Amino acid sequence: MPPLLRTLLSRLVASVLVLAGVSVLMFLIARVIPGDPARIALGPNATPAQVDALRHERHLDAPLPVQYWEYVRELGHGDFGTSLYSNRPVRTDLEQYLPASLELIAVAALLMVLLGLPAGVLSARFRGSAPDVAVRAAALLAIATPAFVWGVMLQLLFAYVLRLFPIEGQLGANLTPPQAVTGFLVIDATLAGDWRVLLDALRHLVLPALALAMAGIGQTARLTRASMVEVYGTPFIEMARAYGFQERRIANRYAFRPALVPVLTVLGLDIAALLGNAFLVETVFGWPGVSRYGVEVILHKDLDAIMGTVLVISAGFLIANLAVDLLVAWVNPRIRLAGERA
Amino acid sequence: MTPGRGARVWRALRRNPAGMIGLVLVAVIVLAAIFADVIAPFPDHAGAVGDFAAMNAPPAAPYLLGTDTIGRDMLTRILFAYRLSLEMAVVVLAITVPIGVGIGLLAGYLGPVTSYALMRLTDVFLSIPPLVLAMSIMGFLEPSALHGMMAVSAMWWPWYARLSYNLARAEKQEGYVLAAETVGAGVPHILLREILPNCIPAIFTKMTIDVGFVILIAASLSFLGLGAQAPTPDLGSMVADGAKYMPDSWWLTLFPALAILLIVAAFNLLGDGLREALDAER
Repeated sequence: MPPLLRTLLSRLVASVLVLAGVSVLMFLIARVIPGDPARIALGPNATPAQVDALRHERHLDAPLPVQYWEYVRELGHGDFGTSLYSNRPVRTDLEQYLPASLELIAVAALLMVLLGLPAGVLSARFRGSAPDVAVRAAALLAIATPAFVWGVMLQLLFAYVLRLFPIEGQLGANLTPPQAVTGFLVIDATLAGDWRVLLDALRHLVLPALALAMAGIGQTARLTRASMVEVYGTPFIEMARAYGFQERRIANRYAFRPALVPVLTVLGLDIAALLGNAFLVETVFGWPGVSRYGVEVILHKDLDAIMGTVLVISAGFLIANLAVDLLVAWVNPRIRLAGERA
Repeated sequence: MTPGRGARVWRALRRNPAGMIGLVLVAVIVLAAIFADVIAPFPDHAGAVGDFAAMNAPPAAPYLLGTDTIGRDMLTRILFAYRLSLEMAVVVLAITVPIGVGIGLLAGYLGPVTSYALMRLTDVFLSIPPLVLAMSIMGFLEPSALHGMMAVSAMWWPWYARLSYNLARAEKQEGYVLAAETVGAGVPHILLREILPNCIPAIFTKMTIDVGFVILIAASLSFLGLGAQAPTPDLGSMVADGAKYMPDSWWLTLFPALAILLIVAAFNLLGDGLREALDAER
């Protein structure tokens, strides 16, 4: 078997194991923490008979392993259970809210790379001088500020005071969303050729995506800088200088490429931060995504919906990490493909 | 760590301006939080009771950072919120560091089966984005500062497990460990007396930076209404409450937000300074 394929397979197996672990963990958290889920779900006004009925319906009166097996069996049929908050199948809810979140996270990830990488390169190339100090200070500021503070501040400045961007939501109230083909507003608007909607959707995306990306931009800039500085210390850069190549060419071509590998490797962790921070940013900007749904169902102690949301988010994280691993292998052919990497 | 080494690290840290700024800021914030009762201008305002005569006052003497919607001094509340934040960070790290380091050392030193099992367990926790895990735990608990600490602890130990796993795996090959094994030292002795002391600088550096990040995550939870409840002064819920009165009463949001930024940045600068000092010393 080619090593790349073997790596992919072993990562895939590990991911499935981890996802199963996540489901067990969440299941245990939901069941072990004191409090009767059926009682919590129905609220204090429900009669004992109603509580018993729900408990029976959800197999909550069965032993834990049986309960878990029932849950997984239904999951196998694509059934995530019913949300007690929206009164709909959890799967329907997730399908409705997921595209908006993915759109937001994708744009944030793009900003993270497009702004973070050049800032890091700049900082490393001019290390010790003014641009370097500025980038490092900005990166610290970006990382040390929680996503919800970025959200509130960007909203205050660019939406309330300067009125450059809309305050919240995904689309202005005066516009009708295009027919849902993919569920992704930007893509659907493009497919429908509705440029007014597309433009408005993009304008709505700017502030939340920026608020979400800030920590990642700072992190990426820092890592790129550290990684580039390390590469600058190697003999082949010295040689490039000796040949009289321009500093700019050395930075952008010779130092950047090897420096990219460690940056990509930790990109997976940055994605975790994006997924987590999406909860805050979607709440601040009233973004109709799966994270805001997650906050709602958590506040309503909606068991099946919490499970479903966390499983989907964790699966998304694992897939993103798998993609990052492949990207790293592709960028750096020397990477140890087999063997353990903690 | 020998005393001579401590002195060398201190000398290296003193030459690092960013690290020294961090150290001074951390010292000022910690002292202000400890002595909040003494230095806060209106210590009574830490509770539920305000002064309706001075509702919603913009920043001006005697309310340097303004007052909130029921007339409580913002500066006082931020100082007391710092106290709660620091308490949370200390509790969370006191719970998670021993657990995480213990698991990491075991996984790093023991055989491949234990190691695989423990590290996959760690992966399970790491594959739920940090805030999501804490939030879902909070989903089943009543929101309070104590439960917030528990939820944050549940997501924090894996980072220390991973860090000490990597450290222990590297140290395992070193001569001094082989020597201890040869003379028949037991596993607890090797882990705690031989390997652990060499991991402490890295763990300590991470802890310094993490004080800030625990505070950041705790503030995020309480921003969503899943942390400390009113009337406890808390940075995250102060930002959330203030956001309702934007942009007119901007001070309600801006100052608690800056307070979070300041404390997280301070611990970050100090931690980075310490790491550079330790690297330089080595």
